Amino acid sequence: MTNNNIIELVDVTKSFDGDIVLDHINLTIKDGEFITLLGPSGCGKTTTLRIIGGFLYPDSGSVFFDGKNITNDPPYKRHLNTVFQKYALFPFLNVYENVAFGLRIKKLPEEQIKKKVTEMLELVNLHGFEKRGVTALSGGQQQRVAIARALANEPDVLLLDEPLGALDLKLRKAMQIELKRIQQQADITFIYVTHDQEEALTMSDTVVVMNKGHIQQIGTPESIYNEPVNAFVADFIGESNQLDGIMLEDYKVQFNGNVYTCVDKGFAKNEPIEVVIRPEDLKLCRPDEGNIVGVVKSCIFMGANFSIEVEQGDYTWTAHSIYHAAPGETIGLYLEPDAIHIMKEFDNDDAYPDDPEEELIAPPDDEEEES
Amino acid sequence: MKYKGLTYTYTAYAFAFFFAPLLLILFYSLTADAAGRDFTFTLAHFARFFDFSHPQYMKVLVDSFRIALISTVICLLLGYPMAYVLANMKPRVRSFLSLLFVLPMWMNFLLRTYAWMSLLETNGLINMLLTAIGLPPITIMYTEKAVILGMVYNYLPFMILPIYNSLIKLDGSLLDSADDLGASPWQTFSKVTVPLTKPAIFSGINMVFMPSVTTFAISTLLGGSSTTLIGTLIENQFKVANDMGFGSAMSVIIMIFVFGTSALSGGSKDEEVGL
Repeated sequence: MTNNNIIELVDVTKSFDGDIVLDHINLTIKDGEFITLLGPSGCGKTTTLRIIGGFLYPDSGSVFFDGKNITNDPPYKRHLNTVFQKYALFPFLNVYENVAFGLRIKKLPEEQIKKKVTEMLELVNLHGFEKRGVTALSGGQQQRVAIARALANEPDVLLLDEPLGALDLKLRKAMQIELKRIQQQADITFIYVTHDQEEALTMSDTVVVMNKGHIQQIGTPESIYNEPVNAFVADFIGESNQLDGIMLEDYKVQFNGNVYTCVDKGFAKNEPIEVVIRPEDLKLCRPDEGNIVGVVKSCIFMGANFSIEVEQGDYTWTAHSIYHAAPGETIGLYLEPDAIHIMKEFDNDDAYPDDPEEELIAPPDDEEEES
Repeated sequence: MKYKGLTYTYTAYAFAFFFAPLLLILFYSLTADAAGRDFTFTLAHFARFFDFSHPQYMKVLVDSFRIALISTVICLLLGYPMAYVLANMKPRVRSFLSLLFVLPMWMNFLLRTYAWMSLLETNGLINMLLTAIGLPPITIMYTEKAVILGMVYNYLPFMILPIYNSLIKLDGSLLDSADDLGASPWQTFSKVTVPLTKPAIFSGINMVFMPSVTTFAISTLLGGSSTTLIGTLIENQFKVANDMGFGSAMSVIIMIFVFGTSALSGGSKDEEVGL
């Protein structure tokens, strides 16, 4: 893995019928990394992928591949391959011929094709499936043929458009691990599109959170989860408690009627802000030990832990704990200062609807340059 | 099973109007002179057709296949690009244009062929226009070319429609993935689009080839005496020579040949043959 930038999107804009789908996107992708474009449907992640693949051309802005401007190159001239959402295997060809398709286009000698196809089918654990028709395969097998077919061309970058969307949960989990293994073994850049935050966190080196045509945050899974830059990211990545608050002064924040010590500074005095707190950061304790005291509304068994709703005044907190709490009981929740995430005010209602008019009041994309 | 009665009705109908006439033709072809009440079993009618010292009948059969083949190839070469262009148009333009293609079929087939006659005649519209602009007149009428023209004109929609229908249902992601794997637009067409539309190509070929082999109207009207096709020959046996036995024998022969060719082209559907 080197630190060269393999793909760069510079100021890319795309709209369909007047609706802005990508609004001045800047993105740098390093060679050899597993990068995930994550966001709700309509956020522009698939459009971004299709622009990188060459299936769409941006209205303005440029795409660079290894320093070379490829903005107007058709897909067949680009050194990258795509695994499509619905696999798009050729139904009139068997497994072997599907994988060999790109190699035959390149007119490689037969023994070289055979060697490569065999190698690829071994990589995706489909050895012995050469003669099978692709339509008779299961979803997971078709998926792996699609990956083998794309990788046989030895692309520098592999694009994956929600490739696990059609699989059931168990198979999806298995394929996530499989994909990560393949990426490490083949040592190439993966650009992965998904709306499943768990999938993104599990597999990626870098996660790009997108919403409404803007990049919200770029970072490692840990940093995205632990330090979301705004309430949208916090809300999209995992569960969270979100409430309005006031930054009284540096390191002092007030929300839901109480004042807490926090680790943030640099806000204006009495600036309205948003507070985001992860459910697992709320620790159950005796009422006199907690800095939040409330009444248990419900306690639901989730498998690994309990999801506990605690009512404190107007706000209902969600906490995750391995301990059970009886509904009706008054308990305390303890909150460490560094578990309080302070965000500039962000109209979260704006985060989901797809009204293009509202693009105008979306937050500025100061974060885009970070990578 | 509410409609079971209908299947009986259909079976009876098919038996009376398809199967029985076929049996009758087979019976005529194998008897000396069934119309003249001579029911002696004989293979004389078939022997007469396959008489290698007088191969004129076989020549007609070969001619019929040759002309039908030429027409089918022309229909395919014209029809595929037309269907392709049509399928890639905006839906609204597309439905309007496909209506235009189908529109002539609402008119009587003979009427359309007569129209061609008046166009192609020695003193017809085409030659009038040619002489008007100072070009020498052409002789197409009553030649093989006129017959081929008539076949292509009449049967082209049967080639376009199945191919067009298959092209508009084509999965775009398959074309994208060929493009993605390095195939140029032409390679994508020949390696993906054509194989995907192969069943439609075969059904188009069958739908043009079969009526072309057996037609007698087009060859009689546009070919005159220059081109005798097997259809005309059979028609003559029934209407002029009054030799139903021989006419039936030829019908049986052509049926076997057409069945054979369509089985051939239908059978290769599942194989991995390029076109």
